[in-house]
Amino acid sequence: MQRFSALSLLRHGLGRHQGWKPQWRNAQPKPGYDAIIVGGGGHGLGAAYYLAKVHGITNVAVLEKGWIGGGNTGRNTTIIRSNYLFDESAALYDHALQLWEGLSQELNYNVMFSQRGVMMLAHNIHDIQVFKRHVHANRINGVDNEWLTPEQAQEFCPSLNIDPNVRYPVLGAALQRRGGTARHDAVAWGYARAADALGVDIIENCEVTGIRRDANGAVLGVETTRGFIGSRKVGVSAAGHTSVVMGMADVRLPLESYPLQALVSEPVKPIFPCVVMSNTIHAYMSQSDKGELVIGAGTDIYTSYTQRGGLHIATHTLEAICELFPQFRRMRMLRNWGGIVDVTPDRSPIIAKTPVKGLYVNCGWGTGGFKATPGAAHLFAHTIAKDEPHPINAPYTIERFRDGFMIDEAAAAAVAH
Amino acid sequence: MLIINCPYCGARPELEFAYGGQAHIDRPVQPADLNDEDWTGYLYLRENTKGIHAERWRHLHGCARFFNALRDTRTDHFLATYKVGEKAPEVTRP
Repeated sequence: MQRFSALSLLRHGLGRHQGWKPQWRNAQPKPGYDAIIVGGGGHGLGAAYYLAKVHGITNVAVLEKGWIGGGNTGRNTTIIRSNYLFDESAALYDHALQLWEGLSQELNYNVMFSQRGVMMLAHNIHDIQVFKRHVHANRINGVDNEWLTPEQAQEFCPSLNIDPNVRYPVLGAALQRRGGTARHDAVAWGYARAADALGVDIIENCEVTGIRRDANGAVLGVETTRGFIGSRKVGVSAAGHTSVVMGMADVRLPLESYPLQALVSEPVKPIFPCVVMSNTIHAYMSQSDKGELVIGAGTDIYTSYTQRGGLHIATHTLEAICELFPQFRRMRMLRNWGGIVDVTPDRSPIIAKTPVKGLYVNCGWGTGGFKATPGAAHLFAHTIAKDEPHPINAPYTIERFRDGFMIDEAAAAAVAH
Repeated sequence: MLIINCPYCGARPELEFAYGGQAHIDRPVQPADLNDEDWTGYLYLRENTKGIHAERWRHLHGCARFFNALRDTRTDHFLATYKVGEKAPEVTRP
């Protein structure tokens, strides 16, 4: 692996930048591996990286039906935060946030993690009570979160309209200063490059079409569009298509897949210094380093695999944005798109073993998987390598729905889902 | 925006409708007889089909009645809508 540094940049500059090599190999599938990860998004590539790095399992393949980072990793609004209500959630998401804080150095790849602060607006009494409860719960769990008055919120984000005479006035805000954004593509590429350097095969254009099992039901490997690939351990990290892949092994999961839309504006000069979210009117926004305003909408109301959604969903969000930030009324939107998100009944993920021996699953991240990428990958690798969950993901089983131990972030949502 | 054909009112825009999830899930006749696995299936496990999906819709801002639909979740194309209590019609993909 060519390491990136100021010195290497200088050296390649002297060579007119002709000496850079591809950052990972174009690997061809081998007949067998010690572990296979299905899904080449940030979660899957990261899991392969941690399998190799932390657990010494380097004979690993990542199978991706399209191109790496082309699913939800490349379709989200890149927001990172850990201000979740319940103890299990705070542990999980803050584990991820702590890994984010060192990720660029660890991967020798600039993932452009920017702790610019995530501010959640309160528009009514209910919001105030819920957010203050979150602030207190977070602080007890060692997660930073603080309450701001409308004036303090405007000081933090000068574009914010705190006029009391609007449809949804800002009555206060909860601010997590350690939250922020990262460059989503760089996360996939950084993990791919680092995993490849440790020996992991990243195989694109390779769709899994079946899961082969022995007489006792244990996993033997996967059938793919590029032939059979053997492995006694298969980890599925396929986001919206998890139900489809797991169905190949007759495992039913409490998941439903919905389109979730996002959109970006034309690029403009730096004007928006942080991430602002509003649950009540359902909008969230930040500005990318390229200058585009990155705006997230809600899910469509019906299940779908189409990676698009109704325009009225995006319109609804833009109306809210224009109310909160009147100066953006005349901005033009450049692109919008959808991703397919797998939603669980309690809106918390599943990172667990399954009833099938050798089959593991990391799914159910719903509308908020990007922020958890390093943490989910790290814990999923642990679960696969040790054949048992890490204490942090131990509560995130499939069986919690049967046993009634849900982690109900749907009811406690710090953000609308 | 989807155009949905309410069996009672005809074709209307999606905004008039509410989604009701997977159709033809029967409420247990003897709830007390169900074990935990059965309850899990009834409450939480869904087909989440990639393909033709039988699902409930409600014409909330119209006649307010529930009905069922067959929709291809790969394209969002509606293949049929039919009344509650009726069997799903035979359809072929367009």
